[in-house]
Amino acid sequence: MIDDKLLIAGREFRSRLMVGTGKFASAEALRAALEQSGAEIVTVALRRVDLAKMGEGSILSAVDRSRYLLLPNTSGARTAEEAVRLARLARAAGLEPWVKLELTPEPRYLLPDPVETLRAAEMLVKEGFVVLPYIQADPILAKRLEEAGTATVMPLGAPIGSNRGVKTRDLVKIIIEQANIPVVVDAGLGAPSHAAEAMELGADAVLVNTALSDASDTGAMARAFAMATEAGRLAYLSGLGPLRNQAEASSPLTGFLDS
Amino acid sequence: MAGGSDIKRLLAEWPAGRVRESVARARDCDVEAAMARADAGEELSLKDFAALLSPAARGFLEPIAHQAQKLTRQHFGRTITLYAPIYLSNVCAADCLYCGFAANSGTARKRVTLGLDALRAECEALAGEGFQTVLLVTGEAPAVVTIDYLADAVGVAHEYFPSVSVEVYSMDEREYGRLVERGLEGVTLYMETYDRGRYAEVHRKGRKQDYAARLRSLQLAGAAGARKLNMGVLLGLFDWRLDGFWCGLHGRYLQKACWRSGVAMSFPRLRHVPSRFSIPSQVSDAELVQLMLGMRLLFPEAGFLLSTREESRLRDRLMLLGVTQMSAGSSTRPGGYATCGEETLEQFAIDDRRGVAEVAGAVAAAGYDPVWKDFDRALAGS
Repeated sequence: MIDDKLLIAGREFRSRLMVGTGKFASAEALRAALEQSGAEIVTVALRRVDLAKMGEGSILSAVDRSRYLLLPNTSGARTAEEAVRLARLARAAGLEPWVKLELTPEPRYLLPDPVETLRAAEMLVKEGFVVLPYIQADPILAKRLEEAGTATVMPLGAPIGSNRGVKTRDLVKIIIEQANIPVVVDAGLGAPSHAAEAMELGADAVLVNTALSDASDTGAMARAFAMATEAGRLAYLSGLGPLRNQAEASSPLTGFLDS
Repeated sequence: MAGGSDIKRLLAEWPAGRVRESVARARDCDVEAAMARADAGEELSLKDFAALLSPAARGFLEPIAHQAQKLTRQHFGRTITLYAPIYLSNVCAADCLYCGFAANSGTARKRVTLGLDALRAECEALAGEGFQTVLLVTGEAPAVVTIDYLADAVGVAHEYFPSVSVEVYSMDEREYGRLVERGLEGVTLYMETYDRGRYAEVHRKGRKQDYAARLRSLQLAGAAGARKLNMGVLLGLFDWRLDGFWCGLHGRYLQKACWRSGVAMSFPRLRHVPSRFSIPSQVSDAELVQLMLGMRLLFPEAGFLLSTREESRLRDRLMLLGVTQMSAGSSTRPGGYATCGEETLEQFAIDDRRGVAEVAGAVAAAGYDPVWKDFDRALAGS
């Protein structure tokens, strides 16, 4: 319990809450959220960043790169090739070779394309990237990505921005049960209780964005998520009792056998 | 299967009489049902949409506005992307009665098509102001403003800006494909009006007279790989409730037919028109808002664009109601930023004359992050 660190690709993190930067009203609102979240991994859409200027004049100026691991993501990419191009550009611009794969060819629900995601992961792992793919809650795909050498899998709880919670609960449980790499529940977590639920299931970490950027006090909401993430983790480690359909009889029917 | 036939059939299922009746029959309870469905995150039915466009919904604008704001923030966060139009040419062979570029508009002002060097100068001026998103605009003169020229213009603009869209005459799939190869992200093409009779009355010359071809265009652009399909009706040409309904129907259709492309909506409203034309169906501010809100509930994830046709006072308010992308510091004449003076013909008079910094400041003051870059060259092209 004391040394409960999150380990991704050989790197240790104390925080199990990751934060997305896409939707904040201002640099101040983002800074407050980052500060209170305790997050160490912060993801940013490469399509929003002018890599030549490295965030100058954009909301990214709020992200202190000495404190946070800046995890570039490929949102907007529709094919493996596009995602690979983006990842290479980020590395060439001096970012660490970590990439959150987001391959979402369909703009309405931004659901990830499993075929392109696996292809891109294979290419990027070969090139030495640490790959964290955003995926459907598909246990087989999760294993295929693990075999391909990704550092984590990031199954969705519900569509991005939907705030619906862990709608994929049963499948996420199977992914967690079978995974040998960290499982990060990403997308759809709209309330701290959703984050706690994912952590109670045994997820290694969660990622949130909309729930924070949408709050009127982004800092306070980030703190609430940090607490819930920790609470869920603690509950998971302490061993939650199984769900029971019936009350446990206080007078056992077979107690007489012991007497 | 060819694009137009399906949307044609859909529109045929919803003739003016049926839409008018659906709108007229809507009661308060229908509006409330539509709002409840939107609140639950469910897809709206066409009956819901008709109710939102109906006179009955007028009494619900305030709660619907709150819903629209919430949905917009959920999908786009508190951000508004800034863009600028670049007019490449005001030469036009079409004769659309409402348009300043029309061949027979009676104007004697100068018509020009920017050479690629002049285009570079325009691009440099806009890039210097911080823009990373532009819309290339021309009239309809395929003999002068050729596909080759447009492909080159997209290529040049793409050297300066990650996101380049066009608003030009309708093309076929292969032609759109040539622009996509050069880095095109999106296509803006308004049907203007879906009413065939009015369409024929106001479009007097040129390829734009072909209603069916225009109706097909956005789907062809999507098939060719354009990522954003920006649609709209020219408010003022026809009953906005009917045109709005048909536009929503068309948008729904495009989302299914072009599932890789994002449907976006604009709300251009006729304000200043050539003297030979009078606006047949004026749309009030409240009606514009009602349409925008109804569209937001129908399309929670669609980008909404707002140009400088509208006044700053109204634009600052509409920002809060679902707009996700705004132009700023615009000129509607070719060469308007760097190369030509005011002697060239403009398409329409703009009503928000604030500079770029001022608009960005207004966006921030409204509680939104002004976003300049929302696309990357690595995502464009083949």
